[in-house]
Amino acid sequence: MKVVETIDLEQKFQDKIDREIKIEPNDWMPEAYRKTLIRQMSQHAHSEIVGMLPEANWITRAPNLRRKAVLLAKVQDEAGHGLYLYSATETLGADREDTIDDLHSGKAKYSSIFNYPALSWADIGAIGWLVDGAAIMNQVALCRCSYGPYARAMVKICKEESFHQRQGYELLTTLANGSPEQKELAQDALNRFWWPAIMMFGPNDDESPNSAQSMKWKIKRLSNDDLRQNFIDATVPQAELIGLKVPDENLKWNEETGHYDFSPINWDEFWQVIGGNGPCNKQRVDARRKAKEDGMWVRDAAMAFAEKRMKKQSA
Amino acid sequence: MKNEALFRYLLRLGDDSLILGQRLAEWCGHGPILEEDIAMTNISLDLIGQAMSILDYAGVVEEKGRDCDKLGLLRFEKEYVNVLLVEQPNGDFGDTLMRQFLFDAFRKPLYERLVNSSDKQLAAIADKSLKETRYHLKHSSEWIIRLGDGTEESHTRIQNSLDILWRYSFELFYSDEVEIELTKNGILPDLSGIRSEWEATVNSVFQQATIVIPSNNWKFEGGRLGRHSEHFGHLLSELQYMQRAYPNSQW
Repeated sequence: MKVVETIDLEQKFQDKIDREIKIEPNDWMPEAYRKTLIRQMSQHAHSEIVGMLPEANWITRAPNLRRKAVLLAKVQDEAGHGLYLYSATETLGADREDTIDDLHSGKAKYSSIFNYPALSWADIGAIGWLVDGAAIMNQVALCRCSYGPYARAMVKICKEESFHQRQGYELLTTLANGSPEQKELAQDALNRFWWPAIMMFGPNDDESPNSAQSMKWKIKRLSNDDLRQNFIDATVPQAELIGLKVPDENLKWNEETGHYDFSPINWDEFWQVIGGNGPCNKQRVDARRKAKEDGMWVRDAAMAFAEKRMKKQSA
Repeated sequence: MKNEALFRYLLRLGDDSLILGQRLAEWCGHGPILEEDIAMTNISLDLIGQAMSILDYAGVVEEKGRDCDKLGLLRFEKEYVNVLLVEQPNGDFGDTLMRQFLFDAFRKPLYERLVNSSDKQLAAIADKSLKETRYHLKHSSEWIIRLGDGTEESHTRIQNSLDILWRYSFELFYSDEVEIELTKNGILPDLSGIRSEWEATVNSVFQQATIVIPSNNWKFEGGRLGRHSEHFGHLLSELQYMQRAYPNSQW
């Protein structure tokens, strides 16, 4: 009886997904669907928060006050995205602090791109243009994700991300049109961030074991390789427009396919960085852990204060 | 320059906002909880915005073609006239919030008076900034109370923050010939009630927070005259890095 019921529920669940009806928090869902989403959404939230660190590194050194204000607002947006995504994850029954502890213990991952350092002011432009640009490719597809709270969060987040992408591009355009030194800063940033950005879409489709199930559940709509190709096709002309050279000798427009051909990706580097050997893995997680540990007394105080107030009110 | 007193006054106002905004920005990504990370950078953003309006206007008054970046990012250490309080290091979250509270409790009654300035530009800047400052004061007051009346540890920590920062609070009320002249020619409304209003705010909040004002009343000042603390040079070396490394560039 029980087995029959579950099969029936699963069938109804899949029917809903096939008919593009959103799954909402109180709806029945397979445990594996719930777990996949908790993993993906909390890791997405962690990426927003860890991603604040390389950019925050330049706020105090921004070259003028307008750029300082813009960068502050931008990083604040990312914090807001993190908050939003943690809340969306909680609709699945996950606890925000537990997922954060998973990040601090190394159990949960975050986007590997943030393990690369932001070394110059131009990197702030490259991060906005390439990193947020690549993120948008993924996130626009996620606006149609089958899980309602995640899909709706993505709509708001995409609007802000596309603003960030344009800000980053505008920042680099200013540098590319500036002095030879400024142009060199811009080219150097592109040289360092291009390949890590390309890797943000994840392994090739035939190396991506969870993809098929996620596609069936419509958590994922487009394959890693398709998203990557879309990103390259959209971004190469933008680089050319401002006179920057994409660091790939084999990059060439292919008339037949209607896409750019590009060099093989250095997957060894990708797996090394994911595995902990990126330039900044340790410092990023340490910084997040330290923020929580150093702030523990503040949380404790807020909790104690709230309890005291409740007691006073009920007395 | 037709009105040197106004220029000097605007620098004081603008530098206070700029330097405190810069300090708060250092918290970005490192706040004790995500909500407070966002709150502190939001206040930082408000203060940087205020500094831009105020210093741009100072440049207009000065009539030498300097804008908020030239004034904000290219003066030498002794030319900055912010109070010592705002340049103090962030310390722990309690130190940062105590510094903020002492400042907000001063800024709110100040802006409430400056909206009545006969100088339309200054009045308009004060009007916009006052709306922001009301939120800042609400935020910092609530945290002082929460930390003071929270746990034993938080109580000890915030009392300690007050003991250290109290000596810098007196300079907020520094007054000299600049204010006298601006009051005489009607640009500054009567500012004499600010101090008692500030005292009422801090007394009320400290009472709710169950912390006490230290008995040591020695005053630390000098910022208004360009004499800063050792911390300040380091703050400027970050703030000015790009402008100094790549002079005369567009960003």
